[in-house]
Amino acid sequence: EWGHTRTFNTIDWVREKSKDRDRHREIANKSRQSTVALLHSVSDAFSGWLLMLLVGLMSGALAGGIDIAAHWLTDMKEGLCLVGFWFNHEHCCWTSNETTFQERDRCPQWQSWAEIMTGTSEVLWLRGGALAYFVNYLMFLVWALLFALLAVTLVRAFAPYACGSGIPEIKTILSGFIIRGYLGKWTLIIKTITLVLAVSSGLSLGKEGPLVHVACCCANILCHLFTKYRKNEAKRREVLSAAAAVGVSVAFGAPIGGVLFSLEEVSYYFPLKTLWRSFFAALVAAFTLRSINPFGNSRLVLFYVEFHAPWHLVELGPFILLGIFGGLWGALFIRANIAWCRIRKSTRLGHYPVTEVLVVTALTGMLAYPNSYTRMGGAELISELFNDCSLLDSSQLCGYKQSNSTSGAGVGNGLADRPAGVGLYAALWQLALALVFKMMITVITFGMKVPSGLFIPSMAVGAIAGRLLGVGMEQLAYYNHDSAIFRGWCSPGADCITPGLYAMVGAAACLGGVTRMTVSLVVIMFELTGGLEYIVPLMAATMTSKWVADAFGREGIYEAHIRLNGYPFLEPKEEFQHSSLTADVMRPRRSDPPLAVLTQEGMTVEEVEALVESTHYSGFPVVVSQDSHRLVGFVLRRDLLISIDNARKRQEGVVGASQVVFTEHSPAPADDAPPPLRLRGIVDLSPFTVTDHTPMDITVDIFRKLGLRQCLVTHNGKLLGIITKKDILKHMANDCQQRPRLHPLQL
Amino acid sequence: VSPMKLKNAKSLICDLLQNSEDIRCKCICPPYRDIEGQIYKQNVSLKDCNCLHVVEPMPVDGKDVEAYCLRCECKFEERSSATIKVTIIMYLSILGLLLLYMVYLTLLEPMLKRRLFGHSQLIQSDDDVGDQQPFANAHNVLSHSHSRPNMLNKVEHAQQRWRRQVQEQRKSVFDRHVVLS
Repeated sequence: EWGHTRTFNTIDWVREKSKDRDRHREIANKSRQSTVALLHSVSDAFSGWLLMLLVGLMSGALAGGIDIAAHWLTDMKEGLCLVGFWFNHEHCCWTSNETTFQERDRCPQWQSWAEIMTGTSEVLWLRGGALAYFVNYLMFLVWALLFALLAVTLVRAFAPYACGSGIPEIKTILSGFIIRGYLGKWTLIIKTITLVLAVSSGLSLGKEGPLVHVACCCANILCHLFTKYRKNEAKRREVLSAAAAVGVSVAFGAPIGGVLFSLEEVSYYFPLKTLWRSFFAALVAAFTLRSINPFGNSRLVLFYVEFHAPWHLVELGPFILLGIFGGLWGALFIRANIAWCRIRKSTRLGHYPVTEVLVVTALTGMLAYPNSYTRMGGAELISELFNDCSLLDSSQLCGYKQSNSTSGAGVGNGLADRPAGVGLYAALWQLALALVFKMMITVITFGMKVPSGLFIPSMAVGAIAGRLLGVGMEQLAYYNHDSAIFRGWCSPGADCITPGLYAMVGAAACLGGVTRMTVSLVVIMFELTGGLEYIVPLMAATMTSKWVADAFGREGIYEAHIRLNGYPFLEPKEEFQHSSLTADVMRPRRSDPPLAVLTQEGMTVEEVEALVESTHYSGFPVVVSQDSHRLVGFVLRRDLLISIDNARKRQEGVVGASQVVFTEHSPAPADDAPPPLRLRGIVDLSPFTVTDHTPMDITVDIFRKLGLRQCLVTHNGKLLGIITKKDILKHMANDCQQRPRLHPLQL
Repeated sequence: VSPMKLKNAKSLICDLLQNSEDIRCKCICPPYRDIEGQIYKQNVSLKDCNCLHVVEPMPVDGKDVEAYCLRCECKFEERSSATIKVTIIMYLSILGLLLLYMVYLTLLEPMLKRRLFGHSQLIQSDDDVGDQQPFANAHNVLSHSHSRPNMLNKVEHAQQRWRRQVQEQRKSVFDRHVVLS
């Protein structure tokens, strides 16, 4: 490999795809000659599928390991299992018979830190219960700080690229840019280890974005096993698109949603072939995850809901209300988070990343511990909020007043609407506080220097809001069952309002408002919950939230971060505010030196080397002669340097004074002149050209659709200049800032 | 080898591979009349996982048993404690190794290098002050001063290249808060 010291570089999609076509044609032609060649061609065809299989297996295994480790480490903050330190709370009490109906998680094998260290327990409040609470609180904070410190120091010491979500950078990579080291093996190891630590430290973040990064790292590493993918950057990006689908699939157990997420949010070019392969990889990963069985119930789905209660058209009103809330929350979150990240970049806050992580962890821990709904992790909170209350539940959220009738259970174990009891009122105000807390703390958590995702925190905010609204509607229906709205369908004694459904819809609305996902969100939600009946409410809420959020700002959180960090990403949907011509954007401009060209004959090796070394362009056009700039082709800098280097070493007689010849038939050299250096083979004889009067919109479209790196600009058939992707990005950035640009012909 | 010993070995391996405690049937029975809610767990297989087998002792008499059992919900669950144990131990060992390596890189390696080469031979580069590798060109000194076996040189070279890469990444991500330079 040639020395790549710049961290980013564009790929030339057209060239890479034609390289792959040539390679494939060669294999296909050779395959008719011998059996070995035939086998080679068959194995080449299957290598793609084999790679997908391996990516799915590796990602599924890693995700299973991450889940198990995260569950264990999260519970480590609260106590220890005495029969085997590797069990988390739920598994410690798995076989115990001392669990009761009211206290489902209490057993003698699991002891909280207060019980281990001081022998006092929170249960017996009068005999040292306050001390026990204080000791537990302190140990919770100590563990949380320790995990956060380990996470940020490991990231800093070994792989700084492992911080953050990873999805904005992967979007940039998939659009054709190369970021060296972003998908390497150290990044993979550190991201896996520190993701567990970051999630367990109680911070308000999720693991979905980092799992996409982990899956893409696995794919990138496994690509090195197959020549077809190792050498071709365009083919590799097909695999990375599939890996992004795998990431979401293992995060949620939603393979179809993962594929749609990759299509909608992450990928730039997504041919149909990738669709089928992504689905295969996502299924393999989901199956691997299921066989590791991290949740202990062979369930793939994270927040499986058991209820199938029907919903009524009147409820579309509150669902749309939740959609509006989700849209407002999304717009607000994006503005606040980008402002906070900008503060981090420009002020002294950015000089102390480790301290920042510790302070935020301490703040989160101190405020989250007293409220039981913020103390439990995001995923657990969401499952509890999605759950519909039945006879079998004894949690505070299901603290309704008991009905006097002891008749058998209602429809499908669902209970009739009941008035709220004391437990439920307590849960409601705790949830309201949790909502405000989560809304504020997620703004400053996302973007820190630890792996962080934001699907689960956004869904948690939405689920809390939805549940509050659902319980409100339920009580409204109970106390006003005679009014016109409820009379038709909600008679007393019927189970008509399901607060769990409102929580689901709220979660979808908030996540849609933040990320602006549409189809993929709906599919993920119903794959997550198994509730196929609820597609219409989910769609209504998602659409409303997207429209409301789009009214405030066109970008989702990932595009906003791309723009904040200045990544070279060509937005597929952006339009120019002012129309301009290609002549305005191309190089050389009025004040620049003339275009550096090579003539097809008449330059010596020394002159060529001098020209190449005096500039840092990555390619040079080849013209017929200096007088008539008629275009012959385009040659890349590195190809030129390598060929000249090779020729000096191997070819006889090539010295500085040798003529460099790009034509097919060179004139015979004079007797005492050194032999010429023929370099027609490295010239691209079909470069893309546009005229100087082509509108910029069309040029940008050409760049987007074909994935070009540079394009030559001609005038009346003669070479005038060159326009590269970077010029276009700069022009788009300028256009946003609305600086007036003068047409060169007006000067 | 006697058949008894074979049987012992077989049962030991079986126990190691699948813990018999890893399956359970969990029945949740809600409050009924004046009986409190209760959770029952037993180590039975899938076909025996129902109210009649698991709920022992049955708190109600003969004619109420059916009504009581109708309200109970029984679920069969299994897990693999071996997977959990292996995963946690692997995770802790990798974490421990990384922490040891970090300690080695930050504290021990400079000390070792200082002891081996002495202060005079090593040049401290200006922009590495306050960073983790004050002896970034120790590798150059090494290759000039001693004739070491090639393998060790290659490893040193690769390690120095990696550390330079990490340093570059750290400068762009942590100091300038960008990913690309």
